[in-house]
Amino acid sequence: MPAPLRLTFTDDMTIYNAAAQKAQLLEALDAGQDLEIDLSLVAEIDTAGFQLLLLAKREASTRGCAARIVAHSPAVREVIDFYRMAAHFGDPLIISAREGEPQHG
Amino acid sequence: MDELLAVFAQEAREQVAAMEAGLLQLEDNPADHDLINGIFRAAHTVKGGAGTVECTFIVDFTHAVEGVLSRMRDSEIQANGDLVALLLACSDHMASLIGVLEAGQEAPPDDLALEGRDLKHRLETDWLGATAGHPAEKIDPVHASGGGPVAGSDCWHISLRFGQNVLKSGMDPLNFLRYLATLGSIDSLETLSDAMPPAAEMDPENCYLGFEIRFRSGAGKAEIEQVFDFVRDECELRILPPNSRVNDYIELIAALPEDPLRLGEILVRIGALTQAELDEGLTLQAAPADTEAAPAHLPLGEILVEQKLVQPEVVEAAAAKQKQVADKKAAEARLIRIQADKLDRLIDLVGELVIAGSAVNLLASKAGLSDLGEATEVVSRLVENIRDQALALRMVQIGETFGRFQRVVRDVSRELGKDIELVIQGGETELDKSVVEKIGDPLMHLVRNAMDHGVESAEARLAAGKSARGRLLLNAFHDSGSIVIEVADDGGGLNRERILKKAQEKGLVPPGQTLTDNEINHLIFEPGFSTADQVSNLSGRGVGMDVVKRNITALRGRVDIESEPGLGTRFAIRLPLTLAIIDGFLVGAGRAAYVVPLDAVVECLELQIDSDARNVINLRGEVLPFIRLRDLFGIEGPRPVRENVVVVKIAGQKAGLVVDQLLGEFQTVIKPLGALFRNLRGIGGSTILGSGEVALILDVQALVQIASRTEEQRRPAPARPDALPALAASPASH
Repeated sequence: MPAPLRLTFTDDMTIYNAAAQKAQLLEALDAGQDLEIDLSLVAEIDTAGFQLLLLAKREASTRGCAARIVAHSPAVREVIDFYRMAAHFGDPLIISAREGEPQHG
Repeated sequence: MDELLAVFAQEAREQVAAMEAGLLQLEDNPADHDLINGIFRAAHTVKGGAGTVECTFIVDFTHAVEGVLSRMRDSEIQANGDLVALLLACSDHMASLIGVLEAGQEAPPDDLALEGRDLKHRLETDWLGATAGHPAEKIDPVHASGGGPVAGSDCWHISLRFGQNVLKSGMDPLNFLRYLATLGSIDSLETLSDAMPPAAEMDPENCYLGFEIRFRSGAGKAEIEQVFDFVRDECELRILPPNSRVNDYIELIAALPEDPLRLGEILVRIGALTQAELDEGLTLQAAPADTEAAPAHLPLGEILVEQKLVQPEVVEAAAAKQKQVADKKAAEARLIRIQADKLDRLIDLVGELVIAGSAVNLLASKAGLSDLGEATEVVSRLVENIRDQALALRMVQIGETFGRFQRVVRDVSRELGKDIELVIQGGETELDKSVVEKIGDPLMHLVRNAMDHGVESAEARLAAGKSARGRLLLNAFHDSGSIVIEVADDGGGLNRERILKKAQEKGLVPPGQTLTDNEINHLIFEPGFSTADQVSNLSGRGVGMDVVKRNITALRGRVDIESEPGLGTRFAIRLPLTLAIIDGFLVGAGRAAYVVPLDAVVECLELQIDSDARNVINLRGEVLPFIRLRDLFGIEGPRPVRENVVVVKIAGQKAGLVVDQLLGEFQTVIKPLGALFRNLRGIGGSTILGSGEVALILDVQALVQIASRTEEQRRPAPARPDALPALAASPASH
């Protein structure tokens, strides 16, 4: 298995960047490798950005590979938490604020 | 950031006050669910707000309070006296914490922190027993919701499908859901992305999300719907009230676009239905669904029609209620918070404008130009309107001040071991904010005094044939340009014998002097007077009532007492509505001008009298004492041929003021007299006329008293020596 591909988003994951980021994601997935998504620098995320994460997860699983979010910014974690998708995404590093984990604070 | 803090602090204080008011009511109606919900919402709002301004010590403490309230709401624990007392202490503590935040401190000082820990400990061990085992829950301000997903049917069920265009229209479902969370707590939420097409067709700027939400809140359906007002046209919203029937859920499943089985699972997962209920419901549904077209595949439009057909009247009622709520919201949005000193500056300027305006009027009438006269008339009418509007800005309802006494009465009656109920009337009566601020202390004294001395102990009450529960009334109403605030109790009344005896002991009244009932009542306002045999914590220390009288007099007001033995005592505080500007009536005596407050003027007539023996006139059969301003102020010179009488009335008493000339209405900006003139009777203040001259404002109340008293003394009937100067006798008004 080839080494996972790493994709880092640095811009806000908002509707303004959604089209470009979707293209980036799909391009990365087309490589057919597992994908590691680094969101630690995403200062802002809205529902459009959240949908892209959903899309990435779904596309990856239909293609038989995995898309893992390996680093969350507080904003990203907050939105995923709010939509109660932490369990669904299943990324080990997502730790809900409710369970308390200072290292991502 | 500072401004945000200030706004939070103010709102939080309001919420804490609401919480306190709710708790006090809860004491009497421990099972009232609306009250509990209201209290919960208040605490919840404080916590949410504290989270926003990142004030962790308030969040931490309020979280514990909210936890207990949440259990009360779920009827897991019952409100009782202990719990309410504890929660009241908690609301006090929250207020102190807000004070800490306002003072800009990072953390509460040690003693406060200790109090907080103690309260929190009591909350957790006594009332959160079941959850106390959990590790301290860390609070995320956004998830400001109490309790985890509790299976049960007392939650609203909200089913949301957003339209594809909401994101492009700049509306983010996140915002709506976060707003929803402020109305209650989202117990569970399931995000559905089934509508999202394959990657190639997925437009990243479209919204494909849907939500199934279990929502715990005291809010009504209209309020919940209102959250989604802005996206109403672009989302499908279905709301099932708490305790909905299983069939309603089955219908919901049928109406939603997703696969019924998947939806069913979701509903079971989030606790809306049990598996058994779902199975049963689906079986029942399956039979007709086979014969007709499967309801799950009806086009959206038909589904909506079908829904509307089901309960058209409910839809209508909801729409009407929603409009009401929207109107209320709009009314709230029209409120502006403004700093009081800005208003004060405005009032000052309006005062100057009034003075300047009357100067222009004077010049115009001297110049004799009719055009100019008309123009100045218009201007002065406008100035008058501006004055009224500006003063109205400062008017606040007294209800808030009254409301604070609920707590006082509760605490003091506990302390005294008496059962006293507070009745509030006329809370919507408005008066000047500066008066409201200053009336708080005197009211507090009167209320405490009434509770301590007025209302008897339960045994004494029962023996007197009264209900064991004492009653204290706070009332306010407008009466001819003044506001009257009453503090009345249904206690034993003033013991006039004892008051008189005490006054004689203290040398306040020479022995052998006869006093009217009213004069005896007023003795309690003498400095150093107290009849309480037992000095209690509250009153009876010989300070208080004289301060009350002094404070009220300083506001150009007065206190009347009515007291019936065995029935109770009523203190009536009469205050001017505003301290700044009044409508005046200008009169002349000698070379000077005087202002009579227009509200006190009843009529004007020519003086017709032939003898100087008695200062009374016959006003259509009514004997009216009068007073000559010339005599009163020692004005030299011959009287004019024709004198006029201005009939004034205050607090039900009438008297005549004899003046040389009637000069007409005049807007009067009140300037206080210097400290030198404080003891001058009959003068309430001064004002500046348009010509720049100074006119004195007459204190009608004092003049009426002087007039009737002089007249009483002239009567040949039992002459009595001059009473205490402070005890200006007015005929007993009861």
